[in-house]
Amino acid sequence: MTEEKYTISILVDNQPGVLSRIAGLFSGRGYNIESLCVAETSEAQLSRVTMVTKGTRPVIEQIKKQLNKLINVVKVIDLTGTRYVQRELALIKVNAKPEFRAEILRIVDIFRCKVVDVGPEHYTVEVTGDEEKLNAILGLLKPLGIKEVARTGNIALSRENNH
Amino acid sequence: MELTGAQILMKVLKEENADTIFGYPGGAVLDIFDELARADINLVFVRHEQGAVHAADGYARASGKVGVCLVTSGPGATNTVTGIASAYMDSIPLVVITGQVPTHLIGNDAFQEVDIVGITRPCTKHNYLVKDVKDLGDVIKEAFYIARSGRPGPVLIDIPKDLAIAKVPYKVKKKVGLKSYKPTYEPNKKQLKKVVELIKKARKPVIFTGGGVIISGAAKNLTEFAHQTRIPVTGSLMGLGGFPGTDPLWLGMLGMHGTYRANMAVSECDLMIAVGVRFDDRVTGKTDEFAANATIIQIDIDPTSIHKNIPVSVPVVGDCNITLGYLNDLIKKENSEDIKKKREKWLGQIEEWKETTPLVYKQKDNIKPQYVIEKLFEITKGKAIITTEVGQNQMWAAQYYHFDKPGHFITSGGLGCMGFGLPAAIGAQKACPDAIVVDIAGDGSIQMNIQEMATAVQYGLPVKVVILNNRFLGMVRQWQELFYDKLYSSTHLDHNPDFVKLAEAYGALGLRATKPEEVEKILAQGMAHNGPVIMDFVVENEENVYPMVPAGAPITQMLLV
Ligand SMILES: Cc1ncc(C[n+]2csc(CCOP(=O)(O)OP(=O)(O)O)c2C)c(N)n1
Repeated sequence: MTEEKYTISILVDNQPGVLSRIAGLFSGRGYNIESLCVAETSEAQLSRVTMVTKGTRPVIEQIKKQLNKLINVVKVIDLTGTRYVQRELALIKVNAKPEFRAEILRIVDIFRCKVVDVGPEHYTVEVTGDEEKLNAILGLLKPLGIKEVARTGNIALSRENNH
Repeated sequence: MELTGAQILMKVLKEENADTIFGYPGGAVLDIFDELARADINLVFVRHEQGAVHAADGYARASGKVGVCLVTSGPGATNTVTGIASAYMDSIPLVVITGQVPTHLIGNDAFQEVDIVGITRPCTKHNYLVKDVKDLGDVIKEAFYIARSGRPGPVLIDIPKDLAIAKVPYKVKKKVGLKSYKPTYEPNKKQLKKVVELIKKARKPVIFTGGGVIISGAAKNLTEFAHQTRIPVTGSLMGLGGFPGTDPLWLGMLGMHGTYRANMAVSECDLMIAVGVRFDDRVTGKTDEFAANATIIQIDIDPTSIHKNIPVSVPVVGDCNITLGYLNDLIKKENSEDIKKKREKWLGQIEEWKETTPLVYKQKDNIKPQYVIEKLFEITKGKAIITTEVGQNQMWAAQYYHFDKPGHFITSGGLGCMGFGLPAAIGAQKACPDAIVVDIAGDGSIQMNIQEMATAVQYGLPVKVVILNNRFLGMVRQWQELFYDKLYSSTHLDHNPDFVKLAEAYGALGLRATKPEEVEKILAQGMAHNGPVIMDFVVENEENVYPMVPAGAPITQMLLV
């Protein structure tokens, strides 16, 4: 059976320790976490965890059931294969020697991202998009010399059905 | 009404019908013990916190109630971990209350501070660190609710010392409502129809029962179900007593030390109805070949148990007892004679397996451990509550004591935790003062919580310890004999204490048998004694448990006597 990537959205009680219950479940049972994002939702008592995980179908089914079993997990939504929007934000600190600056700005322009910090030797670029877009810009900037990257990991929401 | 945290604890314990708790004091719980001394609650003061948890476990299994323990912070809390892990694996409802350092010291590596909530997260059903005394009452109520509902399990509550004396107005919460926790008790009716159709068609069906049958109180419905459909029944270690062990449809235990006929029946069946089991590797052996010809129906309240180790054709998520009740009603509407008639050949085949390859051992000049259990069964007329330690003693107890009723076989199944039996017997005896409670022990395991003899003596709990003394860590030695060229590395117990003198030192009765002809007399004497007893049966030292399926092999590959 092949392993695939799954995006799972988990609504949890906004309480201390909940994240470690989820992380502990994954480490204890040997499941993969590719990325994990947590923040409050519009309701203060709930947080949303967006997780990208990798595994075979039976393993993912087991993961979802195990998550549901945690007392503080309110809802588990598997977005994989459904209509949903996903975004990730990355900050990329790239070498910006004078001879590269124009090239970097051209890439920034094409990808509709922003330069958020400038120094004599670097630009820090902020880029938002799906995984594909982020990987594409990283690929283009890499030859110029990337100093550091920080990525948020995926967040996702399902699309509404009526349009 | 203003109450202190300790008073709130006492009040909610009463509300939750927890009249007995097992505990050990210390700095962080001084205030709670102070309140406890004045409260109308029985405290069983044990001699080790691990003992407290196993005792609460035995109490819970024998009484059907939630077992409760109370220990101090730091080492008191860490000592409970083994007991909690055992209860977690066997789905036993416990509420474990640990003291914690005062709130303002948490996180400072204070004296006797440990993050017990962090430590026990993977081995509790849920746990809490209470930070505000206002939440305490609700948390305790919630803990009891979570422990006993759905698939039960241990819940830990960590209470900082300052909360025990802090005062708040107390309001009782009548009902626990948890948005995120709603166990499924009612099965899907469509699935049940499928089950009935499969039963009607099956030629060689088997029922496989586990701890879920006992926990959900389904023994009666299960027995009716099996009799109505004339389907033979096997069980996991945890399932023993869920179906009468003396019933003709009973196949004996399944798996690594299962009976020949149970393992063969499962391997050849065309339909398996699994009830409250989780397909542990000690039962399945090689999973690819487990019940390979069968359509598998699995009934369980915990969806994670389904499809976890074994793919299942018809999953039924629901309470075992409720589900079997519905199935019985549905079956009654069918032509049961028709269903029963189909079984003749299959039951004949099983009878043949039973006759050609029964559960046997060879009598010799020395006492055979199996013989001791057989005699124990006779003398107690099968009515005793049996707890066990872990190893060969546990397997022989499972094979040779035929459990007719649920709650009479109390063993650490999932964790397989040596040192379980004596404290569990104390808990069971506390729950059932009039029952005969026997801990079937090995000479290794009994030394892991022997200190609890003092508890038994102090509270006049007349538990009977039957040591099958082979001067070895027998089960490990058996593996070394069979798979490690007989290199007995660290399994010879040649420095055992004199168990008779040890019993006497605790103020209990000590008895010993060294010859087969003494066995009955010693057992009778021990059972008749109105107080705790240790009976030291000096048995054959290199006896093995058979049948045995080597780890990871298909269960048809049994080593026989
Ligand atoms: C706490 C703990 N430590 C180690 C083991 C591993 N173990 C399993 S059976 C066994 C031997 C038990 O010996 P004994 O109590 O003498 O029983 P016997 O097998 O001889 O009946 C051991 C060491 C265990 N199950 N539990």
